[in-house]
Amino acid sequence: MSSLAFDPAAAARAWRPRPWADSAALRWAIYCAALAYAVIALGTMEVNWTRVAEGTARAGRFLSGFFPPDFVSKRSEILEGLAESLTMTVVASAVGIVISLPVALGAARNLAPLPVYLVCRAVIAIGRSFQEIIIAILFVAMLGFGPLAGTVTLALTTVGFLSKLLAEDIEDMDPAQAEAIRATGAGWFQLLAWGVLPQVKARLIGLSAYRVDINFRESAVLGLVGAGGIGDTLNTAFDRYEFDTAAAVLLVIIVIVLACEYSSGVIRRWVQ
Amino acid sequence: MLLRLEQLTKRYGTGDLALDRVDLQVPAGQVMALIGPSGAGKSTLIRCVNRLVEPTAGHVFLDGQEVTGLGAGALRRMRRRMGMIFQEYALVERLSVMENVLSGRLGYVGFWPSWFRRFPRSDIEQAFRLLDRVGLVEHADKRADALSGGQRQRVGIVRALMQSPSLLLVDEPTASLDPKTSRQIMRLLVELCAERDLAAIVNIHDVALARQFARRIVGLRAGRIVFDGSAEALGPEQLTAIYGEEDWSQTIRPVEEEDEAELAA
Repeated sequence: MSSLAFDPAAAARAWRPRPWADSAALRWAIYCAALAYAVIALGTMEVNWTRVAEGTARAGRFLSGFFPPDFVSKRSEILEGLAESLTMTVVASAVGIVISLPVALGAARNLAPLPVYLVCRAVIAIGRSFQEIIIAILFVAMLGFGPLAGTVTLALTTVGFLSKLLAEDIEDMDPAQAEAIRATGAGWFQLLAWGVLPQVKARLIGLSAYRVDINFRESAVLGLVGAGGIGDTLNTAFDRYEFDTAAAVLLVIIVIVLACEYSSGVIRRWVQ
Repeated sequence: MLLRLEQLTKRYGTGDLALDRVDLQVPAGQVMALIGPSGAGKSTLIRCVNRLVEPTAGHVFLDGQEVTGLGAGALRRMRRRMGMIFQEYALVERLSVMENVLSGRLGYVGFWPSWFRRFPRSDIEQAFRLLDRVGLVEHADKRADALSGGQRQRVGIVRALMQSPSLLLVDEPTASLDPKTSRQIMRLLVELCAERDLAAIVNIHDVALARQFARRIVGLRAGRIVFDGSAEALGPEQLTAIYGEEDWSQTIRPVEEEDEAELAA
C-alpha cells in the first residue's frame, strides 16, 4: 500500500455537512439580522399588564357562562338550525359535485382543448379566489337573508375546490390506459367511463366525502353573516348573552364534525 | 393488400421528423416484425396506422379503405378492426380482468350499455373462450393489477382480439417481460394470428426474438425503412445498416443454438 492510498476513515472524520449558505459572513449576517429584528419587534410591543389581568378575570367569567350547556330552553331553535345546516350541506355538496365533474374534465389539459381549458380554469379561479364569508355576504345581498344564500355559496366553493383537485388528478393519470381504450374504437364518453373514471374514482369519492365535511363546518360559519344554518342560531345566542345555549350549539357542531370526519375516513378506506 | 402505407410522414410539433415518407404493404395473415433503434419511429409508425398519432402527410389504407382523413365516427369504426397491444400492457388497473377484456368491445356497444356493463351474451361468451385459450379463466374477476406481467400481457392480447380485428398493432409486447415469458407471449401471438388469419405489425427491440417468430422483418432507422426482407436475410451488414456499427455475431446465431444455451444455463 502506498502512502497516497485513500483513507476512508480519515475522510469520514474530516467530512462536514454542507452549510445552508456557503459564505460564513453571510450566515452570521443573517443570524444577526434575525436577532436584531426579534429584539426591535419585542421592543415595539406595548403590553398593558393591568389590562391583561382584568381581561383574564373577564375571560374566566365568560367561560363559566358556558357551563352547564343548555340544550333544553332553546331546543327547537337548535334543532331547526341543525336541520337547516344539514340541508344546506347536502344540497350544496350534491349540486357542487355534479357541476364540478364537467368543470374538472374541462380543466384537465390532457383532455380538454385550450379554449375549454381556459374557461374552466377561470371558473375554478373565481370559485377559489374569495373566502366563503365574502362570497356569502355577496349572495346574502343578492338573494336576501336565509339558507338559500348559504347553499349557493357552498355549492360555488365546492365547485372551485373539487374541480381543481380532480382536474389535477386527471392530469396525473396514466395516459397508456386511456390510449388503450381509445385504440379499441371507444367513443369520447366511453373513454371517460372506461379509461379515466376508473383511475380517478377513488379520489373523487374521497374528495367528495371530505368536501361534505368542510361544507358542514362552513355552514356553521356562514350563519354569522346571515346566510342561514346553525351559525344563525349560534349568533343569536351570543347576541342575547345566552352563553349556555351557545355552548350547546358548539357541542352539537363538534359532534357532527366528528361524525363527518369518521364517516369520510371509513368511505375513503372502503374505496381504496 | 390488407394494409398499405403511402409516403407516410410524421413531424412532431418539436420539429422532430419521426417518419420520413414511409411506404409499406402488409398482406393479410402476415406477422411482420418492425425493428430499429429507440427513436427510429417504430411506435410512431403503428400509432399513425390507427391515428392515435395524427400523420403529418401521406396515406394509410386498410383493406383498400383510406384511414387518413376519416371523420371521428368513421375513425372509431375503423379502429375496431385494428387491435392494439402495448408495452406496459396498458390495462385499466382498477377494472377487473373481465372488464378489461370486454373493453375491447367498446367500439361495438353504445355508451349506456357499456356503462352498465350490459354486453351482449355472445361477447361475454367470446371473452370466456379467449380467456380460456390463454389460460386465464380463473382470474376473470380479479383486478387487473393483481396479475403478473405475463398474465397482464395475455389479458392485453385478449382485449385486442375481442375487437375481432383483421390487423394487430403490437408495441414492444415483451419489453417488460423476462426472456422465457417473452418467448411464450410471442409464441402465443404468432399462434393466435395463424388461427385467425390475422396480420400483425410487431415493434420489437429484441432482434433474436424477431428472427425467431417473424417471417418478415422490416428495419427502421431515423424514420426510413432501411431493410425489408425475411428473417434469414437479416445479417450483420443489414443490422449495421439499421442500428449502426456493432459486433452482431452473437445476435444472429441460429435460434436453436440460443435456446440450447438457455437450457444449459
